[in-house]
Amino acid sequence: MASHYEASIRKPLVTGSKSYSDVSNDIARPVEGRANKQWWIVFGIALAAFLWGLGAIIYTISTGIGVWGLNKTVNWAWDITNFVWWVGIGHAGTLISAVLLLFRQKWRMAINRSAEAMTIFSVIQAGLFPIIHMGRPWLAFWVLPIPNQYGSLWVNFNSPLLWDVFAISTYLSVSLVFWWTGLLPDFAMIRDRAIKPFQKKLYSLISFGWTGRSKDWQRFEEVSLVLAGLATPLVLSVHTIVSFDFATSVIPGWHTTIFPPYFVAGAIFSGFAMVNTLLIIMRKVVGLEDYITVQHIELMNIVIMITGSIVGCAYITELFIAWYSGVEYEQYAFLNRATGPYAWAYWAMMSCNVFSPQFMWFKRLRTSIMFSFFISIVVNIGMWFERFVIIVTSLHRDYLPSSWTMFSPTFVDIGIFIGTIGFFFVLFLLYSRTFPVIAQAEVKSILKSSGDQYKALREEGKPLYTMPKRGKVTTYSIEENSTTNQTHS
Amino acid sequence: MASKIFRALYNDDDILMNAVKKVREEKHHIEEVYTPFPVHGLDKALGLDETRISMAAFIYGCLGLTVATVMMNYIMIEDWPQDIGGKPSFSFIQNMPAFVPVMFEMTVFFAAHLMVITFYLRSKMWPFKKAENPLPRTTNDLFLMEVAVKEGEEKALTELLLDTGAIEVQKPKA
Repeated sequence: MASHYEASIRKPLVTGSKSYSDVSNDIARPVEGRANKQWWIVFGIALAAFLWGLGAIIYTISTGIGVWGLNKTVNWAWDITNFVWWVGIGHAGTLISAVLLLFRQKWRMAINRSAEAMTIFSVIQAGLFPIIHMGRPWLAFWVLPIPNQYGSLWVNFNSPLLWDVFAISTYLSVSLVFWWTGLLPDFAMIRDRAIKPFQKKLYSLISFGWTGRSKDWQRFEEVSLVLAGLATPLVLSVHTIVSFDFATSVIPGWHTTIFPPYFVAGAIFSGFAMVNTLLIIMRKVVGLEDYITVQHIELMNIVIMITGSIVGCAYITELFIAWYSGVEYEQYAFLNRATGPYAWAYWAMMSCNVFSPQFMWFKRLRTSIMFSFFISIVVNIGMWFERFVIIVTSLHRDYLPSSWTMFSPTFVDIGIFIGTIGFFFVLFLLYSRTFPVIAQAEVKSILKSSGDQYKALREEGKPLYTMPKRGKVTTYSIEENSTTNQTHS
Repeated sequence: MASKIFRALYNDDDILMNAVKKVREEKHHIEEVYTPFPVHGLDKALGLDETRISMAAFIYGCLGLTVATVMMNYIMIEDWPQDIGGKPSFSFIQNMPAFVPVMFEMTVFFAAHLMVITFYLRSKMWPFKKAENPLPRTTNDLFLMEVAVKEGEEKALTELLLDTGAIEVQKPKA
């Protein structure tokens, strides 16, 4: 049928001659099956890391921020680095599901669910850091615009830190409803095939009674499109506002107008790298190689290569502008980055972020799964160093040379960071066993245009369906209007 | 009870689309169609009205923008103006550039959340809501069309549905 047309030069997005029910079976399998030994081992490690981090957080809050490596000069270091790093990672999910939806990129459908899950879990990690850094997290509600008991002293809407509160909470909550709305039909699929009573109850509860009427689907598609339209500027605004935390200050090395696009590109760069890290493992463990193909990994690698190059351009522009401006403080800030005591961090950042993605120009390398995994880890490390370099090297040379100092993290700093990595993986591992990890309803809708067996049929000029033999006539009883007490084979 | 309903089951979206067109040509009333995934063009083939939910989202967005503007004007300009970094605090319009990020975020916040809530309520979806699809396989790989039967046309309709490629036609038990 013409509506299923797709150019024959496009490679199939779903391989393995899947039918509609094959898709359901493949996506439901990890949810219905039992976790294997490797899953428990990885989960155990992640949980231990999380508990270690929790201990470090409790120690920080009960003793005070003094247990961190901060000092009078470098008064903002490890925590804000981790905050920006996690927020950046959280950018790929909404980018994949929103921007790629607007651009009608069908390959997003295999990866958007997990990328959005990753977004939500990493934004949760990011949100922890400012709350811990408050020192008295039970007063975190002070960031909300509510009048307080001491008089009408309000929050300051001129401050980028408050803009951050609004940006991050809007981003987290909108990403969450975007994700959940897309999940409803897939939860319903698992609900309707569940045999165990507890599973049935659970998925009935979280599928909100999704029924799949044509009007529901019509609204569902419109809502997805409008949410994508809203989330696209939102995702760009979030890291723009995060970069304002630095750009609106007067610290040399921070006070630059290039920060918003530079941070957004860096966020997409690190986010895609994390998607690659997670999905390369997940497709193997859960057996979804037919849905997350090498082509998907290759396309993500191309995005990594492009955004990595944008980030590289931004680094060079910063250096050029520092020289060209003639401002010696600005010049010193960058000279100090490249040759000062933190030069090792600067060159780690340069080689991980600018140099390593350039390998992706080679098709052999960007279609190699092992190499993609390796680069994705390298990029994640590089992007952490980028934030560290921007923050610490700009601060550690204060206005007065007598205040110059160094920053080194304590075991508590490191413990909290490791704890958030553990927490992230705990959430992601739980997700991968309880959620439909691929947007199966969406994949079914592109099966006839992008599935390999349908593409082959179309190439041969054959119809995409065969009329079944004449059907049978049966009866149904009117009282049975719920799905629970009916079986149909 | 309203009119009698026949259920026709299909196993393919293209067959379903052709069946919908055929059944409507024959002047039968299609009560409802349940599909496991969005079948493009089905809403048009069924003659459903276009959804107005994007218009609702626009209105919600305007509401969010208004709330943000009124809130920040009250807090920062009227109730307790402060000199923060020399930014002008006695005129909303002069202080406005610093308010743009929050105005934008609240527009998105209101538009997105209220639209989704509207969608859930209009489509009758909330936690503990019981699903109403007649057969569980309609969320897996079956397409189900419910057609109202007029008095005395049972036989003709059954034949028509089977002709359109239904793998099964279910009649209500008397």
